[in-house]
Amino acid sequence: MAISETTRTGLREIADRYPSARSALLPMLHLVQSEENEITVDGINVCAEVLGITPAEVTAVASFYTMYKRRPVGKHHIGVCTNTLCGLLGGDAVWDALSAELGVGHNEPTADGEFFLERIECQAACTHAPVMTVDWEFMDDVTPRTACEVIERLRRGETVQSTRGPVIRDFDATEHTLAFPLDGLADAPSVDSKMLAGLTIAKQRGMKAP
Amino acid sequence: MITTGLTPVITEHWDAPDLYTLEGYRRFGGYEALASALKQDPDAIIGQVKDSGLRGRGGAGFPTGLKWSFVPQNDGKPHYLVVNADESEPGACKDIPIMMADPHVLVEGVIIASYAIRANHAFIYIRGEVPNAIRKVALAVEQAKAAGLIGKNILGSGFDLDVVVHSGAGAYICGEETALLDSLEGYRGQPRLKPPFPAVAGLYASPTVINNVETIANIPFIIGRGVEWFRQFGTEKSPGFKVWAVSGHVNNPGLFEAPLGITMRELLDYAGGVRGGGEVKFWLPGGSSVPMLTAEHLDLPLTYEAMAEAGTMLGTGTPMIFDSTVSVVKAVTRWLEFYKHESCGKCTPCREGTYWITGVLEKFEHGHGTDAEMDTLVNLCGQIAGRSFCALGDAAATPYPAALKFFRQEFTDATHTPVDDTFDPVASYVFAPAVAR
Amino acid sequence: MTITTNDSQVAVPSDTVTVIIDGVAVAVPKGTLVIRAAELLGIEIPRFCDHPLLDPVAACRACLIEVEGMPKPQPACAQTVSDGMVIRTQQSSEMARLAQEGVMEFLLLNHPLDCPVCDKGGECPLQNQAMSVGRPESRFTEDKRTFPKPINVSAQILLDRERCVSCARCTRFAEQIAGDPMLELLERGAQQQVGTAEDQPFDSYFSGNTIQICPVGALTSAAYRFRSRPFDLVSVPTTCEHCASGCSLRTDYRREVVTRRLAWDSPEVNEEWNCDKGRFAFVYQTEGRIEYPLIRENGELRVASWPEAIDVAARGLAEASSHAVLVGGRSTVEDAYAYARFARAALRTDDIDFRARALSDEEHAFLASRVAGSPVSVSYEKLESAPIVLLVSFEPEDESPIVFLRLRKAARAGTRVVSVGAVRSKGSEKVAAEMVWCAPGDEATALASLPAEIVDALATSGAVIMVGERAALSAGALSAVAALADRTGAALAWVPRRAGERGALDAGAIAGLLPGGRPLSDPQARSEVSALWGVDSLPDPGVAGEALLARLGSVDAAVIGGVELSDYPQDVCAALEQVGFIVSLENHHSAVTELASVVLPVAVVTEKAGTFLDWEGRPRPFTRVLRDALTMPDAQVLGMIADAMDRPVGPRDVNALRAELGTLGPWRGARADAPRVPAGPRPDGLVLASWRHLLDSGVMQEGEPHLAATARPTVAMVSDATARRLGLTETATVHGPAGMVTLPVEIADVAESVVWVPMNSPGCHIYRDLGARPGDIVRVTAGGAL
Repeated sequence: MAISETTRTGLREIADRYPSARSALLPMLHLVQSEENEITVDGINVCAEVLGITPAEVTAVASFYTMYKRRPVGKHHIGVCTNTLCGLLGGDAVWDALSAELGVGHNEPTADGEFFLERIECQAACTHAPVMTVDWEFMDDVTPRTACEVIERLRRGETVQSTRGPVIRDFDATEHTLAFPLDGLADAPSVDSKMLAGLTIAKQRGMKAP
Repeated sequence: MITTGLTPVITEHWDAPDLYTLEGYRRFGGYEALASALKQDPDAIIGQVKDSGLRGRGGAGFPTGLKWSFVPQNDGKPHYLVVNADESEPGACKDIPIMMADPHVLVEGVIIASYAIRANHAFIYIRGEVPNAIRKVALAVEQAKAAGLIGKNILGSGFDLDVVVHSGAGAYICGEETALLDSLEGYRGQPRLKPPFPAVAGLYASPTVINNVETIANIPFIIGRGVEWFRQFGTEKSPGFKVWAVSGHVNNPGLFEAPLGITMRELLDYAGGVRGGGEVKFWLPGGSSVPMLTAEHLDLPLTYEAMAEAGTMLGTGTPMIFDSTVSVVKAVTRWLEFYKHESCGKCTPCREGTYWITGVLEKFEHGHGTDAEMDTLVNLCGQIAGRSFCALGDAAATPYPAALKFFRQEFTDATHTPVDDTFDPVASYVFAPAVAR
Repeated sequence: MTITTNDSQVAVPSDTVTVIIDGVAVAVPKGTLVIRAAELLGIEIPRFCDHPLLDPVAACRACLIEVEGMPKPQPACAQTVSDGMVIRTQQSSEMARLAQEGVMEFLLLNHPLDCPVCDKGGECPLQNQAMSVGRPESRFTEDKRTFPKPINVSAQILLDRERCVSCARCTRFAEQIAGDPMLELLERGAQQQVGTAEDQPFDSYFSGNTIQICPVGALTSAAYRFRSRPFDLVSVPTTCEHCASGCSLRTDYRREVVTRRLAWDSPEVNEEWNCDKGRFAFVYQTEGRIEYPLIRENGELRVASWPEAIDVAARGLAEASSHAVLVGGRSTVEDAYAYARFARAALRTDDIDFRARALSDEEHAFLASRVAGSPVSVSYEKLESAPIVLLVSFEPEDESPIVFLRLRKAARAGTRVVSVGAVRSKGSEKVAAEMVWCAPGDEATALASLPAEIVDALATSGAVIMVGERAALSAGALSAVAALADRTGAALAWVPRRAGERGALDAGAIAGLLPGGRPLSDPQARSEVSALWGVDSLPDPGVAGEALLARLGSVDAAVIGGVELSDYPQDVCAALEQVGFIVSLENHHSAVTELASVVLPVAVVTEKAGTFLDWEGRPRPFTRVLRDALTMPDAQVLGMIADAMDRPVGPRDVNALRAELGTLGPWRGARADAPRVPAGPRPDGLVLASWRHLLDSGVMQEGEPHLAATARPTVAMVSDATARRLGLTETATVHGPAGMVTLPVEIADVAESVVWVPMNSPGCHIYRDLGARPGDIVRVTAGGAL
């Protein structure tokens, strides 16, 4: 599948944001991934062409960062943090449950192209452990049961809301956001009780800063 | 006894649902500090930040004002401000919430900081795995642009600034400032030789200041409320307040804003204490890169100097608490797996050392460690620390020696017994066993 | 080992600092790296990623040493010295020793125990340094990470990812030195590996250097794989015979067969690099050799003894009343001198030329006036420090690769490169060349109307003009170049393609010139040379170039050295068919031997000692590699013929020939003026541009398929506008007077109304297939079957 003209235009637009065009490479690869559902050789070649560098140089970058996938991801990317804190606090059980539910292991897509499962590293949401992500949107405080419920609801095509973020779309859409962040979804509620834990107590006890 | 009160400053209005918008932010006095800053000389701004004693909140604790003053002025080169919003340190979860709750405080801080160091371009490098933070900050930047707070001749000051929100793509090493610069230039995120230092030759070989999100978030308050005000918080060497992110086996994990100098025992109390009335087995004042401490250290002030004196580091100031259900061996193994996964591969000690150490620790986890290996591991950590190209190697070499110091017996036990036999994994889950499928 | 200061612009280090290493004080230039300073004391700090010609990266950490006052060990390869610095290496510091041992232990962790089957064994820095700074036993008992191996990164280079230690020398070389970032580090952490983009092999002209600088057996040569152990090889320093860059090589042989060639250290010329042609193209030396003298009898060549063959040759030449001598561009200086003397003293003719390619009388006059016997005016070093270098009809990357490398080095340091030509080639891009667009044939006009700003720049001190041999095809070009050099004072360099051309010119192997640039018509010159040669007189001035080729149709006899007839645009074959008696001194069968009356096999470069003059005019002598070879150099064979003709021509051995040339020395007398040929008519229509790719169908590259597979594809390059105007898409057919060629189309940065095709690549030989030369008008139609 060849890279579309729209995407090519988008790639050049991203390149224009920076004083040096090559800086655009990471968001450009996200745009490629949003169209191709993975990083393809064609995508690499187009990025190389736009930036005037070699495909080898693009491949070097694309293979360094974990978010760039070499095989089609499918509709939804499912991440489970299994770093120490999340993992020990229950992420390991969430992982086992999802892996069993989806029938795949780490960095593997399901055969029906619906899900891609990945053990992810710390998502900077440790207060909300265990943490799961769907298309990189937060699904905080999951349990094995609630995690599987998310999968079921996605399978049924139901609306699933991120715990601190917008309604879940799909992997390609998130990749597009990473290239073009003004996606109109920034109004989604993103502050929850844990983020307000200290403020809540401070207000209760009348504590203020000088 | 709890004597240190919570001091919501950055978090003060987080319960306002529209705080993330320009109008919402302005309603609470947002961008007034910017207006005041633009009427002052840039060097005066640097001076105030210096006098405030603010130290970088990304983990190293380097004096911020001093870092800004390293940028040569009148050198004819473009200057750059880069915000390190790559928060990926295991345990660190303060920058992402700040960006999601109050992106404008970051934006305002960016404009003031850029003005001070005479940068006409600022970049906010946000890790790609958190699109929600990226979209929030992007919207804030867009709104600020529309209001003329970013762009040409800001508020009639003659100062021009362009701000780019940049998405990363999954690499913890890009939190290292020179690796971040290489990544921002469109390369693999591998750290650079220093010297030259970024303040002299950073982004595009030009003078660059790289600051953490929380550090920049402090700036509008320092400029707006004054150095004297800021110095009321914290200690002489560690002035200011901190968004403490307490996570782990506590009843009420979350973000608690309080001055530096608060103790872990006090924070623990605010966080509802250890769950189920349990005890602290071990805790880390910052992320996984700082040496762990135990219950005997709960009354130490959480300052840069006190933590250093205790043989650890304040780091990101995001304490993780673990109770007695947790296997230290497993915790350390999982952290080393992280460092191995994230090692950029540039230098031999970290690339090969994390591979080796992780392999051995995994054996311990399964009850197959040996006594000789316990000592070998210490040796290997010593062959990495101080010998690797960057601090990731030092960080990888940290968890095991610290754990061995306090929990040697657990490692000895792991030479014959799998850790899951001693520490039932289900017991450390925060949800009830019934929910675990 | 090249020991360099870090700033090549500094002629004399004025600032020195004193450092103490392992208790010994040494004074070194400011800015010296600790690792280099230690080497001056004979202290070898272990290293893998460090290389004196590459920017330091301090990645391998093998060079950690103790610096007094610093708590952590420091990498010696990235630490510059300061005055009074006290350094302790592994020889005197426990910290350094343990740090290095630790790094070595880590390096050997995932490294496979391949020594018994690894080509690098025996010359491996990892082996050596593991022995000197490693621990005898490893504590590692886990599983090593593995990769499928080996894989090709190009047809000629194999990669073993398990052996790789991520020193990044290869990727840094490819990017910094060669400008071909096609080899990169991929993946992350322990999975980090060298690789290329998919389906894009590392086809850089300089890729072979990565094999040489790889400190382990990760990058190996496909041609050399499993062939030898280094301790079986005898190594001899030699000079490359392929082009005029003048590289020093190291030729390794075993049992009288050359097994491989490496770049050898020559800081003034090729530093530590060579090109892939020089490195890999030597199979011709062994394959297809003519073993015995041959005499034509009844239309067929038959084997003869040396005495018989010499006798026949001598009689045939003595009986002829008119002679011509074609030397070719591959001769050593000494052999070319022998031809020059043989022609004038034995054959009594001045009809001699060494140029076996497109040529002109204007070029002849230019060479006589400006180049022959002139001192070195432009050197590699001068290129590096030049503020501006103007290239005219010269494509360094293809035509003199080591000049290209030096130009790139200069350009990266700020030298401005301007190219007068029709194509902004990859090579031009890599030296950031600004183009002065010019269709072939139009150079004289372009030079006369150069922007004033460039002319001014050429007038600054250190400016250089480099003109290639293709300028000969463009009427007025060389005249304009000479005039421009005179006007601006810029130093002028003429860069031929072949290794033997400058030497042959200086040896007098062209009509009208005696050795050292002496004009044949000058009485003083004539008397000097006749005295040395012991002859009463020298012949009257004869003809070279086109006139000589025309005369071939009517001479009685010809003596021809290493010449490929297809290299001439003219149909020299037809002319030679008219010549009654031809003596060919050759080592392979060719179109000349097909017509020759006598074929006398002569030595290749490994079988004789000799000298090449590189494009600078710098002598690059080399010794004989294969001592047991039974072949003789051209000089010796000519001497035998001369003796048999009873017109002896003096000494035949290399040293004596050198001595004679030395005695004569360069001509310091009056010379003819530079030519003043006006610009030719402006071509109207689609103009053909062409040059020879470095790797093409040249006969000296035969027999090495791995190398051939890395050659650039044969394409027709046109600009986007020209392609659209002509309706060209996938393929195009170029029509010349004698035929046509269909090639894939490549849109490139080409001057308007110009089509570029390679001169002599598989599928396209412009003289043979098109009957056209660069500068001729051709027709291009869309489509056609490949």
